[in-house]
Amino acid sequence: MPAGQCTKPVRLFSLLHGSLSLPPSFHLHEGQRRRAARALSSLRGRANSETSGMARRAAAGLLRRHLGPLAAGETLQARGMYPTQYGAANHAFSRFYSIQGPQRPLYGFRTNVETDDTQQSAHMNFEVQKRSFSCAAAHVQRNPAYSVLNSDDVSYFKSILGESGVVQDEDRVAVSNVDWMGKYKGSSQLLLLPKSTAEVSKILSYCNSRRLAVVPQGGNTGLVGGSVPVYDEVNGILTCEAGCVLENLSSFVENKGFIMPLDLGAKGSCHIGGNISTNAGGLRFIRYGSLHGSVLGLEVVLSDGTVLDMLTTLRKDNTGYDLKHLFIGSEGSLGIVTKVAILTPAKLPSTNVAFLSCNDYISCQKLLLAARRCLGEILSAFEFMDRHCINLAMKYLEGVHNPLPASPYNFYVLIETTGSDESYDKAKLEAFLLRSMEDGLVADGVIAQDISQASNFWRIREGISEASVKVGAVYKYDLSIPVEKLYDIVEEMRNRVGDMGQVLGYGHLGDGNLHLNILSTKYSDKMLAQIEPFVYEWTSKQRGSISAEHGLGLMKAEKIHYSKSSEAVQLMASIKKLLDPNSILNPYKVLPQSVL
Amino acid sequence: MKILVAVKRVVDYAVKVRVRPDRTGVETASVKMSMNPFCEIAVEEALRLREAGAASEVVAATVGPAQSADTLRTALAMGADRAVHVLHDPKPSHPLLPLTVAKILRALALQENPGLVILGKQAIDDDCNQTGQMLAGLLNWPQGTFASKVILDKEKATVEREVDGGIETICLDLPAVITTDLRLNQPRYATLPNIMKAKSKVIKKVTPEDLNVDIRSDMEVVEVTEPSKRKAGVILSSVDELIDKLRNEARVL
Repeated sequence: MPAGQCTKPVRLFSLLHGSLSLPPSFHLHEGQRRRAARALSSLRGRANSETSGMARRAAAGLLRRHLGPLAAGETLQARGMYPTQYGAANHAFSRFYSIQGPQRPLYGFRTNVETDDTQQSAHMNFEVQKRSFSCAAAHVQRNPAYSVLNSDDVSYFKSILGESGVVQDEDRVAVSNVDWMGKYKGSSQLLLLPKSTAEVSKILSYCNSRRLAVVPQGGNTGLVGGSVPVYDEVNGILTCEAGCVLENLSSFVENKGFIMPLDLGAKGSCHIGGNISTNAGGLRFIRYGSLHGSVLGLEVVLSDGTVLDMLTTLRKDNTGYDLKHLFIGSEGSLGIVTKVAILTPAKLPSTNVAFLSCNDYISCQKLLLAARRCLGEILSAFEFMDRHCINLAMKYLEGVHNPLPASPYNFYVLIETTGSDESYDKAKLEAFLLRSMEDGLVADGVIAQDISQASNFWRIREGISEASVKVGAVYKYDLSIPVEKLYDIVEEMRNRVGDMGQVLGYGHLGDGNLHLNILSTKYSDKMLAQIEPFVYEWTSKQRGSISAEHGLGLMKAEKIHYSKSSEAVQLMASIKKLLDPNSILNPYKVLPQSVL
Repeated sequence: MKILVAVKRVVDYAVKVRVRPDRTGVETASVKMSMNPFCEIAVEEALRLREAGAASEVVAATVGPAQSADTLRTALAMGADRAVHVLHDPKPSHPLLPLTVAKILRALALQENPGLVILGKQAIDDDCNQTGQMLAGLLNWPQGTFASKVILDKEKATVEREVDGGIETICLDLPAVITTDLRLNQPRYATLPNIMKAKSKVIKKVTPEDLNVDIRSDMEVVEVTEPSKRKAGVILSSVDELIDKLRNEARVL
């Protein structure tokens, strides 16, 4: 569409799991539609937290599976596609590839290589069969205070970014209007592809003055590969641009003998900037804690274009308010992360994995406590799954078999240790497990003797999401609940749902993070009514969090009061108004409209 | 009847192998070491034969440094009854060659007197695929290599081998040597009760000298280098460009 005809209002739109990072492709589009890039939040979160890097393929499969029901005729063939290929079934990805040409990322070699396959299957799967999501999708009214995009705006953007940085082609923009799950649909008209902090700053400054709403997009739009990261090997501190793909950073620091403090299923495509903006959790959380601890410094562009330099690499810095924490986990609503300094722990050579069964939930809890005491410094994962998860995984995952005899154990636990001395760590783990078995905490168990066995154990845990979408409809909740109450909600939900569906409980027990999945053959309002608002109310009553690691986004923005007091929400609103007075950043997300 | 199973400790199958900076060999410090996957299959097959009643005892044996005991523990945790550890820590420049290993295993076989020796068809570190055959030759026993199915009765073993044209079935008089192929079985996991039991099982330690085997080698490894890296490819925008490149750069048209 020629620039002169572009007179639609502007709004920005976040898509995919990285909800914002430097490589953001800014997405300006007509705003009146209900939609929002929120579905991906659940997907992103899922990918974030429920899969590990250990099995990229598993993750890829998982991702692919999420799209399965969207693709007409289920024509996705290759098993074990890479996450990038998986995009084949989704428009968002084909857009990714189509715009990649002129500005190929420095990182993400694989994505380039596989372009052909991807486009081919994208073509095959082009017809998206709309699932009936209406009951789940939130509806948003456009705020009339936002301005309307005009041809002057477009010319201005072109003057900053050049012709190739401003995308107006309808087909290319259209594909970015569908989120990963196909849950929301937008009508964007303009996509901006900035390459540097300065460009981001100019765009925001302009949008702020014009009051054009902006939604930054991260992961998988990878246009700014990020410059070569800078590494401080003495202190193990990595400094890089927000557009670096997590997996590339991971291999970068691994070559130097360190690891990234977070690991998640989407690592092949998600950007570090997006991880930080969403405060991604993931599989190393129990060991290395949240990004609030690992991130040492940030460079952030505020809504008026101000570049806020907080890019220090100090472990200790008690001068004034620690502002960077505002931007970690604020989902892009306060500013856009453009550079990151992050502390990386040393890479340890010895990893051991055990897969155990327990007879009841109380044993799992006791086992966790015992593991904290006895495995202390080497414990790196403590994941639990109930019997239903295992049955589902065995039924739907190819090549997966239960390492334990098929006795009807009620719970399964995966324990991983990471340490510096193979024989010492193994002896320690064995001694702990044997004692737990004598104490009756563990009913049975196996210890991986090599890496492929370890991957097989992880495959079961990581494959649950993938297996669950094969049933049909999945209602997913990501809750933080005190460990001793954590399984009660699963049982209560089972009672409520009855024959209508199947309830799965699994998650990061070590972090008190439950993934509650309710499976059913199709989405229905009746089912939803059984689940919501019950699940939020119940969690609120236990003083839990309705979003442990997936974020709020659009889907749960109005639900924030279940987890935060009204005073806290008010203060958040004041901060939002202070940093983004025109509310141009990621509108309608995170906070309820009523307080803004 | 007794079954002797040879196992080897190697760099884990899933580890990306790196050459040592001094180029004397492959980096093994701080690298995950595991039982050679084909040896796991050999142990599993021996255990299944014992469980089926065709054998009464499974003895695992290895040749290697002190840490190789871990590999024997794995075999014991899978279910082997006892183990023999032939201690030898080779210099990187003088690794043990298949003939030497076969000689050591022959000495063990003569001591232990098994009805069957099962080995992996090859180790994934040196990929020699020779030890089993050499052992059979030294012992003058029949051999069934690359076994994909093994049936054992009192005096003979029936072995199916996957060959190019289909499946070859051979019949061996016992005692015999069998080497395992990938599809023979799916090895079991080491369960906690079995790991516990394995702790009280005996690992007998001997040296090559005890067995009267000369381990001197005539071969010296001079240098180990990485294969040259593949050059990055290019993405062309049109068929014409491809034809042009094929014609003028590759000169194949």
